[in-house]
Amino acid sequence: MKFLCIPCDEVMDFAERQIPGDGTMAAVFACGGCGREMAMLTNPMETQMVSSLGVKVGGREVPAQALEGVRSGLDGGHEEAFVEAPPTPGPVAWSPEAIERLQNVPSFVRGMVKRIYTDYARERGIGTLTPEVMDTARSDLGLEGM
Amino acid sequence: MRKFRTYSEVDHSTGSELLEQVLEQRARLAKRLASVGTVVAVASGKGGVGKSAVTANLASCLRSRGLRVGAVDGDLNGPSLARMLGVRGPLLEGDGDGVIPPADAAGISVISMELLQEEDAPLRWRDPGSDTFIWQSTMETTALREFLGDVAWGDLDVLLIDVPPGTDKISRLLELIPDLPAVLVVTTPSEMARSVVARSLRLLREADVGTVGLVANMSGYWCPDCDRIQPLFPGEGAQRLSEATGVPIWAEIPFHPSFSLETDRGHPFVTGHPEGPIAEAFTALAERLEGIGSTP
Ligand SMILES: Nc1ncnc2c1ncn2[C@@H]1O[C@H](COP(=O)(O)OP(=O)(O)OP(=O)(O)O)[C@@H](O)[C@H]1O
Ligand SMILES: [Mg+2]
Ligand SMILES: [Zn+2]
Repeated sequence: MKFLCIPCDEVMDFAERQIPGDGTMAAVFACGGCGREMAMLTNPMETQMVSSLGVKVGGREVPAQALEGVRSGLDGGHEEAFVEAPPTPGPVAWSPEAIERLQNVPSFVRGMVKRIYTDYARERGIGTLTPEVMDTARSDLGLEGM
Repeated sequence: MRKFRTYSEVDHSTGSELLEQVLEQRARLAKRLASVGTVVAVASGKGGVGKSAVTANLASCLRSRGLRVGAVDGDLNGPSLARMLGVRGPLLEGDGDGVIPPADAAGISVISMELLQEEDAPLRWRDPGSDTFIWQSTMETTALREFLGDVAWGDLDVLLIDVPPGTDKISRLLELIPDLPAVLVVTTPSEMARSVVARSLRLLREADVGTVGLVANMSGYWCPDCDRIQPLFPGEGAQRLSEATGVPIWAEIPFHPSFSLETDRGHPFVTGHPEGPIAEAFTALAERLEGIGSTP
């Protein structure tokens, strides 16, 4: 998928993605020549079609997680399907409040969600994961429903 | 009509890179399968011919011969492989780039929808507002890709894939693994099976799959009372198929009541009965598959 600015004959660049939370998505593309912007708006079906392929318009910020399609797509996942291996000490610590908040995430996807946040913090040199960091990560990464 | 450049005339990355991401998924899958000696699909096209039971028993037989074996239950809607191998969850989330699958007593690693779903839950994907066929099949392809690529299989000699009924499911697997080394095609003597399986064989030939062998299941009745093999179904379906297509019959497995009872309860028949016609048939299959690994 490419967008061509006809007056400038230039391909527009991906600028920003927004996920309003109702299942739809907006992807903004901008022309480097004239600065004109356009938003591609997708309905829930189109949004899901793209995400079910495990790909994201605008590129991925989060590396692919193990079984992420099944885990985010399956309706009726078993509560005890996954267990966490004992944590290995790493550079990112979880605050008690953040751990508590993580408990609200269904266990079926919890391990995956935890890893996404941990990677986010590590890449940015954040030593402790707090609920605030989780909020920032959510909007930065465009994680809907996590 | 106005004239402007078409997609293929435009040589500029938008930063969106959907194709790159798909290629990355392929690379991830290929990398995972690189540590597997031989990937073997057990397919048929036809339902109920014994694909899952053959997969479970073959896995056990290969394992008993000292091979490192993994098994993928490709039947997302009617999973049975974990149960047949007596495997229950959970999957272990480690620090590596995949989840660690549970294994049976002998050490056969398994991934199946059975391990992920609530008991008796039908397969349902969170649907995007409308329940479309395209949506289902996209999710199923995604799930199969993840079963193969996101599970930390480690080094395996053989990875068996139980392919659900429907020739389209064989095509779907070939999309994910275009260079699939081997397919076992399970059939029964019935005419019904013959015509469906013939389609599958044609599909595999057209896809240029390296090694294809027929498994003639329910060839005769191994009578527990007299211990002899007696005729079961009329029909020479498997022989006719083999003659018409040139695909060899690699094993003939007789029907035995305990085969079903034991396998369906999580004890693949061959583990409890390492001798006799059924064990011999599976040993013959195992030898064929071991041969693929050593002859390029
Ligand atoms: N040779 C055999 N002797 C006795 N029972 C058998 C034999 N082969 C298969 N069965 C039994 O027949 C039933 C159907 O077999 P199975 O579930 O393996 O078929 P399938 O091809 O995987 O079916 P589906 O298409 O639904 O996935 C099972 O109960 C199985 O144990
Ligand atoms: Mg089956
Ligand atoms: Zn422009």
